[in-house]
Amino acid sequence: MSLVPISPGRRRKDALMRALLAGATALALLPLLLIVYFLIRKGVGAWSGSFFSTDPNGNFLGDPGGIKSAIIGTLEMVGLATLISVPIGIGVALYLVEYGRESRFGSMVRYFVDVMTGVPSIVFGLFVYIALVLTNTGGSGFAGWKGSVALGLLMLPIVTRSAEVVLLLVPDSLREAALALGAPRWRVVARIVLPTALPGLVTGSLLAIARGAGETAPLLFTATLVNGTNLDLSQRTNSLPAQIFSDIGQAQDRLVGRAWGAALTLVLMILSLTLIARLASRRSRLT
Amino acid sequence: MEASSVTAPRGSRPSIGRLPLVRFQDRLLRWGLTGLAALILALLAFFFIRLYVEAQPAFSRFGFFGFTFTNDWDVSRNFYGALPLLVGTLITSTIALCIGVPVAVATALFVTELCPRRLRAPLTVMVELLAAVPSVVYGLWGVFVLIPKLHGFEQFLSDKLSFLPFVGGPVPGPNYFIAGLILAIMILPIVTAITREVMATVPSDHKEAALALGATRWEMIRTAILPYSRAGIAGASMLGLGRAIGETIAVTLVIGNAPTIGKQIFDQGYTLAAVIANEFGEAANNDVHRAALIAAGLVLFILTLIVNFAARWFVNRAAHGRRATREAATSGALA
Repeated sequence: MSLVPISPGRRRKDALMRALLAGATALALLPLLLIVYFLIRKGVGAWSGSFFSTDPNGNFLGDPGGIKSAIIGTLEMVGLATLISVPIGIGVALYLVEYGRESRFGSMVRYFVDVMTGVPSIVFGLFVYIALVLTNTGGSGFAGWKGSVALGLLMLPIVTRSAEVVLLLVPDSLREAALALGAPRWRVVARIVLPTALPGLVTGSLLAIARGAGETAPLLFTATLVNGTNLDLSQRTNSLPAQIFSDIGQAQDRLVGRAWGAALTLVLMILSLTLIARLASRRSRLT
Repeated sequence: MEASSVTAPRGSRPSIGRLPLVRFQDRLLRWGLTGLAALILALLAFFFIRLYVEAQPAFSRFGFFGFTFTNDWDVSRNFYGALPLLVGTLITSTIALCIGVPVAVATALFVTELCPRRLRAPLTVMVELLAAVPSVVYGLWGVFVLIPKLHGFEQFLSDKLSFLPFVGGPVPGPNYFIAGLILAIMILPIVTAITREVMATVPSDHKEAALALGATRWEMIRTAILPYSRAGIAGASMLGLGRAIGETIAVTLVIGNAPTIGKQIFDQGYTLAAVIANEFGEAANNDVHRAALIAAGLVLFILTLIVNFAARWFVNRAAHGRRATREAATSGALA
């Protein structure tokens, strides 16, 4: 027995709005299901043994070749971008948490890291193009490592933001206990703060890598597109997103098929990174 | 005997001070980390200046405002006015917000207030997985699935709603609406994530008070949750807008790349980001064209800065307490 009877009109409205909200949620999930469905349906058909073991050969008619060089190029460039962005990103986050919590300079840096997360990826690409490609830095115009720099710039604020949140979760009592025992600051950071925050740092970095791996725009004018596999990042380097982008523009079914196959490969790589990131964060004892 | 074991051994320093080596290491850590932080600021400043310097040929020829607000982008005449691109960017992101924000807010409400507790985590993860799909894959899906499947529906809308302004006439395959729809899907995760975080900060007192007064669930949402999180939703939408403005590859593939201002929302168009990605190859040997594209990048950069500043302002106002702000904004950055 309810104390205040609810009129049928209000009850109907409540039910209607609940249904609307549930419907909108279903609508939000629909694109994901559709994308996964089409990726699998069209992508698996393109997969074959030679799909992963041959390079694109540039043939417009006939067999267009596989995506070996694109997979290897993506791994190389994202790997180098990780080596650039993760140490710097965690370093900046350490500064913000250990030294810059209250200072004006600290809040300014924090603000501009926020600004950096909002900068479109293509603007990072333009910047690297201007600063490194036009000037022929390193002896040649387009190069894989320049693509890595662009991706690194893009990943940097993501790493910093996530690392800062995790480092803030390390209890101050741990820091104070170590300092009270006479440990120097650098040792507190290296032995107490970083190990405690490690799972969270790994999660944030993996999410940043997942973001970087899918980016196309900054690579178009830094690493560009080539057919051959290339282990030397001072040369033009192929990548999965750039290969897909180029294949979409071709009015030839086998090239489009390769684009679907490559897209499925790329999404699987990114999804597995995301899942590993979630598992890593589950191991964290910080909440 | 016992007293001497308590006092420090002869010849050592007083235990309070640090050894010079340790002090040096500490200072090294401090200044090294500060240097890294300063590097970020220097990088952004350098970034802005270089973009401006390289765009100079275009600005000196057309003027900053002349470049930005002239409705004429014609590569063959080597004349560049970015208004069609700017308008295209604004149209597509407006469509994205109109479609994306209501769905995102409804999803956040459903996940935080209505759905069974067991469904909460899987639903959250599924929406966030949308953020893991790369832009180029959205583009691929848009070109080969969305455009052909939706064409009939769009033509139907265009015919039936032709009494509205900016609607009517034949519908080409790639158009503003398709681009806006894909952008709406792409901003869904970030808007949902931040809205959810903001809604989680609504004090349960407010919700319980509304329910205790006899409100239905929906009335509780309308009277307790929505007013409290209004500024947060505005901030989340602005962050989504920032994403939509800067999105490049997916839009390039589905907007038709026509450098004119379309007369209706089913017309082909162009955006600032798309023009850079698309015309970059041909501009390599034409200094004015290249400068114009870099200038378009600068305009895009400034636009996203303004939108993001506004977004931070809203989110900061919305979040009650510093911690909540940072966390809400961070989950947004990761989404």
